Amino acid sequence: MEFLRPATWDEALAAKAEFPTALPISGGTDVMVEMNFDVHRPSAILDLNRITELRQWEITDGVVRLGASVPYARIINELSEPLPGLALAAHTVGSPQIRNRGGVGGNLGGASPAGDAHPALLAAGRDVFVEVASAARGTRMIAIDDFYVGVKRNSMEKDELILRVHIPVADGPQQFSKIGTRNAMVIAVCAFGFALHPKNGTVGTGIGSAAPTPRRAVAAEEFLQGVLAERGLWESGDLLGAEVIQQFGELVKAAASPIDDVRGTADYRRHSLAVMARRTLTWTWNDYSKQIRSAA
Amino acid sequence: MRVTFTANGKPVEADDVWEGESLLYVLRERVGLPGSKNACEQGECGSCTVYLDGVPVCSCLVAAGQVQDREVRTVEGLANEETGLDPVQQAFIDAGAVQCGFCTPGLLVQTHDLLEREPQPSDTDIREALSGNLCRCTGYEKIMDAVRLASARKCQKVGTSE
Repeated sequence: MEFLRPATWDEALAAKAEFPTALPISGGTDVMVEMNFDVHRPSAILDLNRITELRQWEITDGVVRLGASVPYARIINELSEPLPGLALAAHTVGSPQIRNRGGVGGNLGGASPAGDAHPALLAAGRDVFVEVASAARGTRMIAIDDFYVGVKRNSMEKDELILRVHIPVADGPQQFSKIGTRNAMVIAVCAFGFALHPKNGTVGTGIGSAAPTPRRAVAAEEFLQGVLAERGLWESGDLLGAEVIQQFGELVKAAASPIDDVRGTADYRRHSLAVMARRTLTWTWNDYSKQIRSAA
Repeated sequence: MRVTFTANGKPVEADDVWEGESLLYVLRERVGLPGSKNACEQGECGSCTVYLDGVPVCSCLVAAGQVQDREVRTVEGLANEETGLDPVQQAFIDAGAVQCGFCTPGLLVQTHDLLEREPQPSDTDIREALSGNLCRCTGYEKIMDAVRLASARKCQKVGTSE
C-alpha cells in the first residue's frame, strides 16, 4: 500500500490521476473504520490533510463556498447563520471528536444514503453544486440533483477529487430532523431536511436513509410551492392549516423507497418521514410567519 | 514507512509503520504511550481520545501518516512532572469516577478540552461534550461529579489568583 501526502491541490490531483484507485482520506472517520476492520484494502491512501483550500470557506455573491474538509465542528460554530440546515445536520454527526475531524467532502465521497449532510444539501435548493476537479480535465460543477447515482455511488470519475461545495446563503428558515436510538453516535434510521426559499418562492426537501440514494421529495415541494403561491402565503405569512401540513407529510412519505434493515423497518421509516416532514414544515413556517409579522 | 511527530512535547519517530495503521496503534505499540485505550476501533467509544494539534480526536480514526510533523498530546501529557496530576485527573480520583478505568484516559482528555474552552459548563454542556465517550461500567454520575468538581476547583483558582 502507498501512502500519498500531497502538499498542494495540484499535487493531489496529479496523485489521483496516477493512482486512480487511491482512497482519499481527510477526517478518516469513515475510511479508518474500514481499514481497522479490514473491510477495504485500497492500493493507496491519499491524505488530503495538508491541503489548505480544503479547510477554508468563503462567502461570495450570496454563495458559501465550503471546503470539503472543513470539519462539522466549524460548520456549527462558524456557519450556522448562512447555512442553518447544514449546521443542524452537522450537530447530529457522531460525537464532538468525530465532528472535529469529519467534513462534508467525506459524506459526498462516500455517498452513503445515511450521510447526515445530504438531506440538508438537497433542501438548500437546486443551486447547490459539488465542485470536483481532475488533473486532466480541470474543474467541473456537479448539481446536487445529479450527484447521487446509487447506493454509495456518486457521479464522480475515478481521477476526480472534491474541492468544495457551493451552497446558497439561506434566505429563509431551514430545519433538519433525524431519527436514531440516542442523541449521539447515531447513524440515521432516517432523516429529513427542509428549507424555505422565500426569494424565489420555492421550498427544498431532502430525504436521508430511506431510498438507495439521498433524494428530494419533488411532488411534496411542488404541492407546497403551489399552495404558498396560490394563497399568497409568502406575503401574508398566514397559517398553513392542518390539511396542507398533512398532505405535505404524505407526499414526503410517498417519495421514499425505504427497505427493512437492522436499524428500522421500511414502514417505520415511511411513518417517521411523514412526522418529520410535518414537524420541520411547522417549525420553519412558524419562524417565517414571525419574521413577516415583525417586519410588518 | 517512517512517521515523525511530536508527542507530549517531545519528538518521536516510528519506523516500519504500515500505511493503513492508526495513530492509536503507533502510540500504543511503537512509541511507548499505551495510555490511550483501544476498545472499539470505530470512533464510537472515545477511549482513544487525544489532542491532535490541540483538537480532541479519536486516535483510532487518524491514519498514522496523517500526523507527520504534527503535535499529539495524549493522556500521559496531561500530568506535569513539577505540579503533578492535572486538576481534571485529581478530580476524577477524588470523585470516585474511575471504576475499571478503561474509558478514563479518553474522558480525561475530553474533559480537559471542555474545561479549557468552557471553565464553568452546564450539565447539558458536560453531557454534550462527553457524548462520544462510553463508560461500560456505566459510572456516568460519578463522572459528572468529577467534571463539576474539576470545574469548581478551576473557577476557584481563577477567583483567588485575580
